[in-house]
Amino acid sequence: MESSVYVQNRELVTPGQLLGRGKLTITTPITVYSLDGKYYSAVVGLADVEGDKIGVIPLEGFYYPKVGDVVIGIVVSTGTNSWEVDIRAPHTAILYASDLLGRPLNPGREMLSDHLDVGDVILAKVENVGRGRATTLTVKGKGFGKINKGSLVEIDSAKVPRVIGKKGSMLQLLLNECKCEVVVAQNGRILVDNCPNNDFKEIAIMSIKKIEKEAHIPGLTDRIKEFIIKEKVRRGLFSG
Amino acid sequence: MGKGKVKLVEGGLRHDGRRLDELRPITISVGVLKNANGSALVEYGRTKVLAAVYGPREPQMKHILLPNRAVIRCRYHMASFSTYERKSPTLSRREIELSKVIREALEPVIISELYPRTSIDVFIEVINADGGTRTASVTAASLALAEAGIPMKGLVAGVAVGKIDGYLALDIDEVEDMYGEADMPVAIAPSLRQITLLQLNGVLTPGEFTQALELARKGVEVIHEMQKEALKKKYLDVKVEE
Amino acid sequence: MSVTPSAEFLIPKLKSDVIISMLGRGVRPNGRKVDEVRPITVIKNYIPNADSSVLVKLGNTQVLTGIKLEVGSPFPDTPSEGNLMVNAEFVPTASPVFEPGPPDENAIELSRVVDRGIREARAVDLSKLVIIPGKKVWNIWVDIYVLDHDGNLTDASSIGALAALMLTKLPEVEVRDTGEIVVDRNNRKEQPLLNRSVVTVTIGKIGNYVLVDPDLEEESLLDSKFSVAVTDDGLIAGLQKSGMGYLAEDELPLLVNMALNKGKEILSIVKALLKDS
Repeated sequence: MESSVYVQNRELVTPGQLLGRGKLTITTPITVYSLDGKYYSAVVGLADVEGDKIGVIPLEGFYYPKVGDVVIGIVVSTGTNSWEVDIRAPHTAILYASDLLGRPLNPGREMLSDHLDVGDVILAKVENVGRGRATTLTVKGKGFGKINKGSLVEIDSAKVPRVIGKKGSMLQLLLNECKCEVVVAQNGRILVDNCPNNDFKEIAIMSIKKIEKEAHIPGLTDRIKEFIIKEKVRRGLFSG
Repeated sequence: MGKGKVKLVEGGLRHDGRRLDELRPITISVGVLKNANGSALVEYGRTKVLAAVYGPREPQMKHILLPNRAVIRCRYHMASFSTYERKSPTLSRREIELSKVIREALEPVIISELYPRTSIDVFIEVINADGGTRTASVTAASLALAEAGIPMKGLVAGVAVGKIDGYLALDIDEVEDMYGEADMPVAIAPSLRQITLLQLNGVLTPGEFTQALELARKGVEVIHEMQKEALKKKYLDVKVEE
Repeated sequence: MSVTPSAEFLIPKLKSDVIISMLGRGVRPNGRKVDEVRPITVIKNYIPNADSSVLVKLGNTQVLTGIKLEVGSPFPDTPSEGNLMVNAEFVPTASPVFEPGPPDENAIELSRVVDRGIREARAVDLSKLVIIPGKKVWNIWVDIYVLDHDGNLTDASSIGALAALMLTKLPEVEVRDTGEIVVDRNNRKEQPLLNRSVVTVTIGKIGNYVLVDPDLEEESLLDSKFSVAVTDDGLIAGLQKSGMGYLAEDELPLLVNMALNKGKEILSIVKALLKDS
């Protein structure tokens, strides 16, 4: 059977919309499904068409952890030898004391809350996503662990790829123009830190929010660039 | 029940001036609540229904969770001021049945296998009732699920077909339901050509049933187009800030 | 709140594969044809204290239906009609998964489906239940007790309600000058209460296969169920889709026809059973 695709690249699609038929490759298995040789969108999103590859980038949705994802989590409770961490996924994740400490907890001498308490923010990596088991996190490695300073911005996790941009172009733009450190976690939490001053910090945060809001409108990178320049001019940041 | 006392069809027109195959004015808005993961407000004439979706999430009652899929929890509830006479806010037998029927109208389209050990909660409040509340509920709930980003095989839209003064009529309101001979609520996933809700309260001949189903299908198709527009509108309305 | 149920009875995959592959060849593991209803038996007047009663067996499913007639007041909006109430109890004797307590959504749905069939078919002429117009009427309580659950409780209950109504005759009443009503249950009207016969027929769907009167094992594999209330003059007096699957638009007329044929068959079986002995 001849393969055909019925949607344009970046076309706004809705659940149940016929995307194509024949022999196509699905690039986003959660948001596209096939039935009797036809391909349908399962979500509201933007069609991602390239030759016979078809996908839909969702415009709404949850964060679903994948092994290796960098996430920013918030400690929501402490157990006997682990913390329960909210990572904006359907389930909370677990961070074991031994992972953070590099040794077992000594219950006679210390408490979990001595190291991480409810409300603390951590940068972590998803270590395991278990069916029937909880998602576990690890903070091993440079830069991971408790976050002590910076500004936390939350966006819809479905928009994270737009903040990063094609081959990291959008993130590079933010780094170059705002001169801040920006850590984009896969779960839609973004840490902005070490900006030259509050003006730069505000521009960075406002830019991120603008990306989230206008994620589905073409020409995003140019628009953000223009926005940053305008803000800088308005704030008199071009003196040198 | 005083059936036949009220003239429902005269000169091919209904008591509110509609043709037999005409829907009431329908309005649909998506994303009407800030806190819910997805929400929609749907009006069929004076019937007004609000649906909110929370989840997938871990509920308090862990024992209801299933290891291989998400559970769907659904509550259809009529606000106490939604009816002509005040309705007790406690769930009636009718509301318990409809909560199940509506859940089962949504179950087949939700791709629940993606989210084991979670619950997807669908809360429906009938704000004002003037007939067709369960079908408007399905229309609203399916939009709320879509707005929540929960993968679905397709949208579901519902409409009731009635038999009034011997004629089949689309999208009957409360007066037509009360004094008519039959009320047949139908919900369809149009992109799949599958029926997810079908009930009949009343008597039809087999021939009338086939015609009624066809009438419902046509109505659902119109509502389905409006659903898609309403979902897209949420994004197309975002203006680029200069 | 209605919640996705866990599988009531876990059917091992090896067993379900067998059932589905047999259905592909048009047979069921229980040896029935796809449109074959299980044997029906009816034991009349099983409950001496009820105004009428039947114990219905549909295969191994057992349902006890008792009717109680009470003198009561009409509803203000229907002063010249009596009332009919259908209630179903899934008693814990019937299944390891039935818990004691008030009727759950399944019992409520079942009773409402049975109720709608009887009501909409005008199986009972409610205007004949008036004792003193606007003041005193008969209330008919149809109570359905599921005693043993081997699938298709809806049809077993519907048969029970029908048979019990067929056997019901109103007691003679005397209205005294004082307005007092004396009921004589030993003398009953000749004319039976039932005006028109109606029964539900439930068809199960597994994938593309359909089967009439699913038993418990089959029910746990069903994608969806479709109950059709059928009158003795071949009309549809109610429909209810239930279960977590679909019904395809184009298969519906076929399902309805199947139900109409089976309904006629069940109605004549029940009538014959009640005539005997």
